[in-house]
Parts: sequence; structure tokens; C-alpha cells
Amino acid sequence: MDEPMIDVEDLTFAYASNEKKQILSSVSFKAWRGEWLSVIGRNGAGKSTLAALLIGLLQPSFGRIRIKGIPLNEETKWLIRRHAGMVFQNPDNQFIGATVQDDVAFGLENLNMPYEEMQRRVAEALEAVGMTDYQAEDPSRLSGGQKQRTAIAGVLALHPDLLILDEAFVMLDPRSRRQLIAVLKKLKTERELTILSITHDMDEAAASDRVLVLEKGSVAKEGTPATVFSEKTTLDVPFSERLRRLLLKNGRSVPETYSTESDLIKWLCKSNLNT
Amino acid sequence: MNRLILGRYFPGDSVIHRRDPRAKILCGAAFIFISFLAKNMEGLILLWMFAFGIMFFTKISFRTYFRGLRPLFWLILFTVCLQILFTSGGTLYWRFGPIKLSSFGIVQALFIFTRFVTIIFVTTAVTLTTKPMDLTDGLHALLRPLRLFHLPVDEWSMMLSIALRFIPNLLDETQRVMDAQSARGAVFGEGSLFQQMKALVPIFLPLFAGSLARGEELANVMDVRGYRSELPRSSFRRLKWTFGDTCCLLIMCLLIVALAAFNLNG
Repeated sequence: MDEPMIDVEDLTFAYASNEKKQILSSVSFKAWRGEWLSVIGRNGAGKSTLAALLIGLLQPSFGRIRIKGIPLNEETKWLIRRHAGMVFQNPDNQFIGATVQDDVAFGLENLNMPYEEMQRRVAEALEAVGMTDYQAEDPSRLSGGQKQRTAIAGVLALHPDLLILDEAFVMLDPRSRRQLIAVLKKLKTERELTILSITHDMDEAAASDRVLVLEKGSVAKEGTPATVFSEKTTLDVPFSERLRRLLLKNGRSVPETYSTESDLIKWLCKSNLNT
Repeated sequence: MNRLILGRYFPGDSVIHRRDPRAKILCGAAFIFISFLAKNMEGLILLWMFAFGIMFFTKISFRTYFRGLRPLFWLILFTVCLQILFTSGGTLYWRFGPIKLSSFGIVQALFIFTRFVTIIFVTTAVTLTTKPMDLTDGLHALLRPLRLFHLPVDEWSMMLSIALRFIPNLLDETQRVMDAQSARGAVFGEGSLFQQMKALVPIFLPLFAGSLARGEELANVMDVRGYRSELPRSSFRRLKWTFGDTCCLLIMCLLIVALAAFNLNG
């Protein structure tokens, strides 16, 4: 626990074409091994830029990023990407292989991994996301959720320390979204995976350990979902929090802080709302 | 668009389906050259027998193959007519200015017709029985020696496989854009040729813009997943050469020998 998985210090970014407009200004945060950190914020808050910086697709104008203690730069980005992966928003544009298993193997092929090892890792990764039955299917026959599972398997095959999700669930229906969140929760505990999810889906944020709120390129708030969501914010809040606030408005006594959906159900069952 | 048979894959499990793509590509290419070796009636008949034999063994109906000929019908007819009408020699049956009908011309036309049709049949048989991805793998494997001359064979095959992989997506997108335009009252396939072409502009523009955006995102994905064209990559897809594939090549050799023998005797 001594070394943070992600250590971002004073990160500032502006496109060279418009240096005055800082997309991110002096962002600093840390994420620890086995932690699920959500980055939320409105459109244009710099969320996706942050993701692109963390995986080395963009270079910061100022400040530094360390992944597992290694400073991220043009030379080290390939080394870091051996154990870190990113899942993008559009399921169609990130499917490279002709079939599910080919796609999962793509990252391993790039590492010039021996054939037998690849076979083993692909099978294992597909098992972890529940896609083994579809391994020979081509992408046109998969649903959006299945494609995103495949993309996650592609990262898992690398035996990663860090998984970055850049609005990976936006194009999915609510059910596949919930299923994927459950899969990720399991993987996080089983493999001590660090997950950084960029999202504006509040239910996804509620599933994480810690939430970072970005506003106009800087960190506005940071804390557990419970504390961040119970404060009055302009952000959309998860369903359970919306319900809690509505009950409060109607003069019911409800728990003081944000609670997860299951907590709220338990509380509703115990309390007698009719009185 | 769905009419095009050439380049489509028909799933199946025939002797031909099971052959290694390398064997199929080699035999298909060899057949194109061989068809020029046939210079007499025996050779001609052998070519037809071979082509129909292959088609039979793919277990795909002959009708599919004939449909594959359809887009090329006019081209074949034109070439054959040209041969019939402008070749002189042998017995002259009929003459009108530069146009003449001779026995030699008819025979020549028959040869051209045979070459055309059998080549189409055999190459169609190859593409109908091989998944596009396997064809790419086969080509990649066969072209690999060219790496010695510093030709970017691996990049070519990567480009080809990505292009193939995105064809269904592009077709989907085309349909979507067309539907969207139709919903706003655009009409396709009506009016003069010029009007029809003009109606296509609002389809190609969004399609083109969409492809560029898609390409950029795909490049990012490949970058993040560690694709570096300058470094060696291993391959998850493996081709398996079997005894049957060797037999395939042997049959091809036999065909060459037979055609050469006919020529010597004839």
C-alpha cells in the first residue's frame, strides 16, 4: 500500500492550438491498489482528457503522472501499457479482431507472446467476463454489452494492475450496465485491480470506493460516494439518493447520508412509512 | 449490393472448405495461369471438368456460381463477340467489311469463353469456401518471404484484416444514413443519372466523416493496446497444413502435366 497505483500531481493540459484555454488545470489525486475511483463531472469538465493523459495518448502541458511509481512519458508509455488498459466508449470502434478470441488476443500478440501462453490467457480472460461461450463469434453478432465485456477481457488478458474506463457504459442498456458493474466489482476484489472510471452514470459512480468531481478542469470535490452525493450539488445523483431527497422533501425522516440502493431498501422495509 | 457473390463466404464443411487457405490461394492462382496452357479441345474439356469438379466438391449449388457470373455477363459477351467477329483464319463463313465469321474465330472465342468462365468459377469457389479472415492469413503467410525485400507485409495484412472487419459496420452505417435521409424526404434510385448521383452526396459526406472519426478512435485503441508496427508480433491465429492440402497441390501439378502433354501431342 506504500506506493499509489496512480499518482497525479499538478496536472495541467491545454491543446497547443489554444494554449490559453486550459482543459485541465492543476489536477492532483492518488488512487491505490485495489481501489475503484470514479471521476465524474459535466460535459467539457476534462474527464476524457484526463483518461487520455493517464494512458499516454496525450502529453501534459505541465505536471506529472506516475503509474505504479513509474513516471509516464513517451518512452515509458509502452512499458506502462503492458499492465494497464483502457476501455473506450464506442463498443464497435474498439473491436479489432475478427472474432471474440482474436480480439482478446490482440494485445498479447503485440507483446509477441508465445502461442500457448496466449491460448491460456485468452481462455482465462473470457472466463472472467463470462464470454467463453461466444469465443468464436464475430462482433456483428454480439450485443453492445457483450462487446464491452470482450474489450474488458482484452485488458484482463494482460494481467493488468490498472483498468481505465472512459465512459465505457454510456452506450449500453441499464441491464448490461448493472451486469458489467457486478463483473468489475468481483474482479476488483479477486485481483486487486485498480479501476478508474470516467463516467457520468451516477449508478456506476455509486458502485465505486471513491469519487472525484471535476468541474471546469479542476478537482471540485473528493470523497466516498456517500459524502459526495449527500451534499447539495448540481450533479445528477444516483437513483437511491434522488429517492432519499424526495422522501425528505415530503416530510419523512430518512437517513442523514447517502446510502446504496440495497441499504435504502432495507431501511424502507424496516421503517413504517404509513405512520 | 447483396447480389454480389464474388468475395462472399458460404459457411459449410466440405472437402474444399476444410483446405488450408494457403493451398486454396496457390491452387486458385495456379489455375489462372494454367488456363492459358489449354490450346486444344482436350485441354478445354479438362478445364471444364476441373472447374465443375471443384464446384461439385464445395457442396454449394451450381446456381450460386451462375449468379456469380451475372455481373460479368456483358464483359464476357463483349469479349467473345470481339473474338468471333474480328479473328480471321480457317474457313470463312461470312464477311461484311472488316467483320467476318471464320472457323478460327469461333474456336478462339470458345477458348476465351472457357478461360473466362472457368477462372471465375474456380476463384469464386475459393472465396465462397474461405472466410475473408482466413484468406488474409493465407495471403499474409504466402507473402511473408517478401519481408526479405523490406516490404511491409505485416502492415498490409493488418490493414486488409481491419478493412474486412469494418465492412459490416460501414454497411450498417450506410443504411442508417440512407434511412435518415429518406425520413426527411430524400429519394434514391429515381430520376436521371445525374439526379441519382446527386442524391448520393448527402450519403457519402456523413459516411466519410464518420469513417474518419472511427479511424481515429481505432488508431487510439490500437495504440493503447500496444500495437507497434516496428516490433515483431506473435500470431494467435494459426494455419494448419494437412496431408489433404498437399494432395490439393499434387492434383494441381497433375493438371499442369496433363495440359502440357496434350499440347505436345497436339
